[in-house]
Amino acid sequence: MSVTEAPAGGYVGQAMKRREDPRMITGRGNYIDDMILPGMLYMAVVRSPEAHATITSIDTSEAKAAPGVVAVFTGEELAGDFAGPIPMVWDPPGVDIHTPEHWPLKRGEVKHVGDPIAVVIANTTGQAVDAADMVIAELDPKPAVVDPEKALEEGSPLVWEQFGTNKTHEWAVAGGDFDEALSAAEVTIEQRVVNHRISGAPIEPRGSIAEPRAESLTLYSATQIPHIARFVLSGMLEIPEDRLRVVAPDVGGGFGAKLQVYAEEALVLVLAKRLNRPVKWVETRSEHMSTSHHGRDQIAYVTLTAKRDGTLTGVRAKVIADLGAYQQILTPFIPELGFPVAGGCYKIPAIDLNFVGVFTNKMATDAIRGAGRPEMTYWIELMMDKLARELDMDPLELRRKNFIPKEEFPYETPLGIVYDSGDYQGTLDKLLVNFDLDAFRSEQAQLREKGIHRGVGFSTWVEVCGLAPSRAVGPQGVGLQAAFWESAMVRVHPSGSATVYSGASPHGQGLDTSFAQIAADRLGIAPEQVHVIHGDTDTGPFGWGTYGSRSLSVGGEAIARAAEKVQEKAKKVCAALLEAAPEDIELADGKFSVRGSPDKSMTMAEISGAAHIPPNELPADIEPGLEETSFYDPENFVFPFGAHACIVDVDIETGKVKVVDYYAVDDCGPAINPMLIEGQVHGGITHAIGQALYEQVVYDDEGQLVTGTFVDYALPTAAELPSFNTDRTETPSPVNSLGVKGVGEAGTIAATPAVTAAVLDAIKPTGVEWLDMPLTPMRVWQAIKGDGPAATEQGKDLPEHGQGSAGSGPASPGEGGTS
Amino acid sequence: MSTPVHLALTVNGEKHESEVEPRQLLVHYLRDTLGLTGTHVGCDTSNCGACTCHVNGESVKSCTLLAVQAEGAEVLTIEGLGQEGNLHPLQSGFWEKHGLQCGYCTPGMIMAAADLLERNPDPSEEEIRHGLEGNLCRCTGYENIVRAVQHAAKAGSSAEVPA
Repeated sequence: MSVTEAPAGGYVGQAMKRREDPRMITGRGNYIDDMILPGMLYMAVVRSPEAHATITSIDTSEAKAAPGVVAVFTGEELAGDFAGPIPMVWDPPGVDIHTPEHWPLKRGEVKHVGDPIAVVIANTTGQAVDAADMVIAELDPKPAVVDPEKALEEGSPLVWEQFGTNKTHEWAVAGGDFDEALSAAEVTIEQRVVNHRISGAPIEPRGSIAEPRAESLTLYSATQIPHIARFVLSGMLEIPEDRLRVVAPDVGGGFGAKLQVYAEEALVLVLAKRLNRPVKWVETRSEHMSTSHHGRDQIAYVTLTAKRDGTLTGVRAKVIADLGAYQQILTPFIPELGFPVAGGCYKIPAIDLNFVGVFTNKMATDAIRGAGRPEMTYWIELMMDKLARELDMDPLELRRKNFIPKEEFPYETPLGIVYDSGDYQGTLDKLLVNFDLDAFRSEQAQLREKGIHRGVGFSTWVEVCGLAPSRAVGPQGVGLQAAFWESAMVRVHPSGSATVYSGASPHGQGLDTSFAQIAADRLGIAPEQVHVIHGDTDTGPFGWGTYGSRSLSVGGEAIARAAEKVQEKAKKVCAALLEAAPEDIELADGKFSVRGSPDKSMTMAEISGAAHIPPNELPADIEPGLEETSFYDPENFVFPFGAHACIVDVDIETGKVKVVDYYAVDDCGPAINPMLIEGQVHGGITHAIGQALYEQVVYDDEGQLVTGTFVDYALPTAAELPSFNTDRTETPSPVNSLGVKGVGEAGTIAATPAVTAAVLDAIKPTGVEWLDMPLTPMRVWQAIKGDGPAATEQGKDLPEHGQGSAGSGPASPGEGGTS
Repeated sequence: MSTPVHLALTVNGEKHESEVEPRQLLVHYLRDTLGLTGTHVGCDTSNCGACTCHVNGESVKSCTLLAVQAEGAEVLTIEGLGQEGNLHPLQSGFWEKHGLQCGYCTPGMIMAAADLLERNPDPSEEEIRHGLEGNLCRCTGYENIVRAVQHAAKAGSSAEVPA
């Protein structure tokens, strides 16, 4: 399209193909491992094979003499290079959190398998890896703590002796009177609910390159948070922020695992500075499994109270969160993050939550897709099913009875959280139009007669995202020492095309495409004329990055606002040139025209040309140029919601679960690009199916990581999954002008309870009423046979940790098929 | 370090001769020596398939093969399958059907799918799902990948892999 041709407008809402794709489908993406810089050196990291040990000596002499090796450093040798340790940023008012000093290279002791103890820098990766094997570290093992509940017991070995306890902190929030609800309850149900440890496992491993140049350093890193990384690393290394540039090139998926400031990022910077040459490090998959942060690993003791007629009266959860050995950037906050939606989409007058963090000799946990919200959705939804069983009520009727009615939004929960908008009956109604439950039940009965055990599970979920209103989560709110606005800069060039800069840092979401759609409509140009850039701290203002399903509702809104400002200025310029009043200029069909005189009009190209090279003098109150910046801090979170149904077959002879069908109705407000929403929902559901059925990070009793590769940690493959039946309703959020809510984590938050409930429904005739994830064949089979601990109603004795691979390791049906 | 070995092979129709370390994997030869960085490394254990390319017309995980094992072979990588303006129907299919998000698994996924369509030009959904189970994707949930392959299959005879 030529620049002067008027575009149609109305790009928002269209399923436009992604502009990111052409380079990626032709092998021309630019991921971190694709980058080679002149004179580049390669780093390999020597890591602890012990879960807990004292470092008695490290002999690097042989490694130093190995071919191609430029340098070898231990923690002691680099100690002076760091001005500060890797930070953790949650400081809730009135709560002490034990936060050990966390240095990129360890001195004295190692605290988990994979803890870095030395680095080798060589001319090639192969040389660095070979020489790393020659570093001889003498480690004196200490008792390891693996089970978080045992870690809290008196006399447990301590991960950090200086704190005298393995408890990191305790944080509580409550609203309404739960004790009163409990004493008045006609029905009370209790359950121990486990959300096991998982890995983010993007297919692109992490990696970083530091490049020294004159007085400044550039860090290229596979990160979701380039600006935060620069801010943190500049402090850790005492490099002025203006002398440190952080660039996120194409990033091959994050899922939270790249929402972190990692030791290796600091290490390559320090080494590049010392050696004055570029230094590159790319993790192996085993390094990812052992040292990229994990997620979940929580045990919740949940109590739900109700009246006999099914009216909910209260919920209490005591959560024990296994945080691992160190506090990474958000580690202790992640279990709490979902607290605003602890009551799900139900009216519950009393909510009482208590979180206890625990150190263990494992890798730190932190945000993995969903971060805090999948856990809460999991227990509230399964507790609703359990309550329905107790009351002999239909579980969907129980839900409908307790849904917050759509007329009551904005709805304030007992915790003082305001749900922005919702129509929970609406998504469930639509789900039951798409999925014929009556037909399913008769089919289910027929199949059962043939020995096929099919079941359905539901999840009517709400989540909280669009992170975040700074007043709610910042220092004056829950205490993160950060803010969560987003920045945008919109620059219209003299010829009328535009560049949009975002402080968000997308890594697969397709936001280049949807951001261009948002800007194009507001600028009166075509999306093809909008170039979107992000992920480079030198090209635009500070931004907070991409996570927490925030980049559309916060980052996209910032772009809309900056583009609106540009439009306002364009109208002023246009008015001056057409000798009209600015308020009489309207934008429609790519033309800025004078209201009532459509023949008097200008295109954005003409206006921008005049703004840069005025044909005659612009009025004194109009600066030249056409560029605006916006910093948007939302007033509230956004609360996407939906209704999902998962259908599974369980082979009761083997315990193997197969997802045979999946229905989802999601509501994330009006679509900017419906194709992208569908893709996010598919991927999110799959991530949850992976957690529910296949994936688990397993440590043995000594703290050895059992699942160190994709051979042992089973991601779902195409062969395990059905096609998804997805649909949407659109309930706009009043929080932002686009009306949008997030969708990146929705499927992952929604789906685990639906999968588990489906399995429980399928095996209902066997009498099994509770199972903890992952629902591996061994676990399901043991429960059905009644000779496994999983068969107990409480599941209390179900070993979640330190049980080796039997029964807990991944048992994906794809294991044999990934050849 | 052992003595370099002479390697001669054809990649994307171009002849190459190199001295390579005997232990070098084909994927590293393609990426580091030839600069064909479209072939990715994702797992080191031959599970993820991000490194899939074609050797003598068959899809191969190039991390399972030493470079020297490709002596005399015809190798095809994503870069040789099609480029902008002349996309292979599978590349168009992935674009059209939103078959990729982060794009990291995509070249391997496309190369595996190209081999599948060579052997079975009209696969059922189940055949596509089983045909691609050696390739992991963390983003898409595979559904749109299946649709992309179906889209390419419909394009029919034009879905030929360049020699």
